[in-house]
Amino acid sequence: MATYIIKRLFQFIPVLLGISILVFFLLHLIPGDPALTLLGQDASKEDLARLRNVLGLNEPLWIQLFVFLKNLLQGDLGNSIFQDVPVLNLIFDHLPATLELALLSLIIALIISIPLGILSAVKQFSWLDYSSMFFAQLGISMPVFWMGLLLIIGFSVNLNVLPSFGRGDPIFEATIDTIQTGNLYFIIDSFKHLLLPAFTLGLMSAALITRMVRSAMLEVLKEDYVRTAEAKGVKGYIIILKHVFRNALIPVVTIVGLQFGNLLGGAIVTETVFGWPGIGRLVITAISQRDFPVVQGCVLIIALLFALINLVVDILYAIINPKIQHV
Amino acid sequence: MELFKQVKFDEPVREKAKLALDVKEILYVLTKSKSVLIGGMIVFIVIFCAIFAPLIATHDPYQMNIGDRLLKPMEHGHLLGTDQYGRDLFTRIIYGARVSLEVGFISVGLSLLIGVTIGLIAGYYGGWIDMIIMRFVDIVLSFPVLLLAIALVAALGPGIQNVILALGVVYWTNYARIVRASVLAIKEEEYIQAAKTIGSSDFRIIFYNILPNCLAPIVVVATLGLGVAIIAEATLSFLGLGIQPPKASWGWTLAFGMKFIRETPYLSLYPGLAIMITVLGFNLLGDGIRDLTDSKLKRK
Repeated sequence: MATYIIKRLFQFIPVLLGISILVFFLLHLIPGDPALTLLGQDASKEDLARLRNVLGLNEPLWIQLFVFLKNLLQGDLGNSIFQDVPVLNLIFDHLPATLELALLSLIIALIISIPLGILSAVKQFSWLDYSSMFFAQLGISMPVFWMGLLLIIGFSVNLNVLPSFGRGDPIFEATIDTIQTGNLYFIIDSFKHLLLPAFTLGLMSAALITRMVRSAMLEVLKEDYVRTAEAKGVKGYIIILKHVFRNALIPVVTIVGLQFGNLLGGAIVTETVFGWPGIGRLVITAISQRDFPVVQGCVLIIALLFALINLVVDILYAIINPKIQHV
Repeated sequence: MELFKQVKFDEPVREKAKLALDVKEILYVLTKSKSVLIGGMIVFIVIFCAIFAPLIATHDPYQMNIGDRLLKPMEHGHLLGTDQYGRDLFTRIIYGARVSLEVGFISVGLSLLIGVTIGLIAGYYGGWIDMIIMRFVDIVLSFPVLLLAIALVAALGPGIQNVILALGVVYWTNYARIVRASVLAIKEEEYIQAAKTIGSSDFRIIFYNILPNCLAPIVVVATLGLGVAIIAEATLSFLGLGIQPPKASWGWTLAFGMKFIRETPYLSLYPGLAIMITVLGFNLLGDGIRDLTDSKLKRK
């Protein structure tokens, strides 16, 4: 196991380097003079020269790349052009909100998809199976922002029970405040703000995971050892939970891990719809302000997180299924 | 040597290619598979609307009429009402199909061109070429695809051409991986060895002998990819990074409608419905074709 983990960690290094180089070249995809594009046609010569200097555009490309990678190793992602603060600080300010949203979305997705996927497989070709697969197909075909909009119309505009914009106190702080004061308002307000965006993101993932759980369960249900357990008179629910679901979990772990990464990407849209102050909203705001160092920094951090999650999933996969270590 | 000349090495290839795209079988499944039937009908209707938009649309998609702004559905002869500039929403949705399909088909075509070529080269030549290509694929796959598309459009600037380019460049990895996997299996087949033995060029073997046998998985992934590309275009337009006004785009129309969500929610509901139905059509069609090709593989 240790050898496998070390091997995967070594394979991770070129991926990290590749991600960093791709993000570096994003700036150079800007057509023409990046400084002119970022500051606009009305910018003075002094401002243009200053920005070129800040972005290091006067140096040869390979030196720019070397400096970028060196700064990156020191945790320096440059400064925001618009706010003149370190990009890393901005990211750390916004990342907890995104992680909070992505984590609750994943919990919602799992709560919905695992029982639904198991029931669909066990009751294959029943009305429950058909309807859950129909809703899963709809969920996959629905743009995430439209799902958010439907929830806003339903719960904010018509029922007026949940807010459609902004964030309450961070869940962690709200929990502490509630414990200290004994007043449930803080945590309820925090959850109220979180519910709609988390459901929007979670329902999309639930659709994919439900299909995956169902097909993984159906594969395992055909196995000989399930028939043997039935022949031995083992109770149905024990077969499903102990024999079938446990083995079906292996491919499900992979898709759940990938979904968490996708939730980070999907958060960009959801955060825009709900005005959620996370890293996704930071990217979109930075794009509209042509604040490219912030865009680069956010893309880099999300991609690194995504790659890290994939690595963890690979290692978890090897722990659950020891056969994979020998492949 | 005489013996080799007598071997019609291309026959099995043609036979297999014929099997892969057997028209009779496709028509048979069309009548048997509900998924293909419903998906195909939806896709046909959307394509029909896009091609004959000027004939189906009831108004000019760009004609503003402030006197008729924010009309409700069926008011003053506007089937789905009007937007904040008094433009007919039904007409804008019909014309929006053109934009979505244009972006979808061209970006998927671009992804196919890049991905299939790279997958064929990686799979056929193997060795260090394969290793370098697949490590690069791993790096691209380390980005959430939507984020990478957003970053590319942010750098290149908004507009239909840049959206197509960004989506084409982002989604090619799926095709490369699938084609490479197919090539690895196919290149060990006897007819490929026979083609090599009689001195066929690599180009001929790759494009005439191997490619036709990879078509089935490519068609499935491309069909599903069309739905993904349409959602991605709508998302970019929704974020203000895609198709720019006054061009009719479902994503942008929906985003603009959100400003009036309390008074006229239908401004956002109908474009979203159009996106969902279209993507559902491509997904059902792709799933159906996959079932067809899977069952054919099992029969083999």
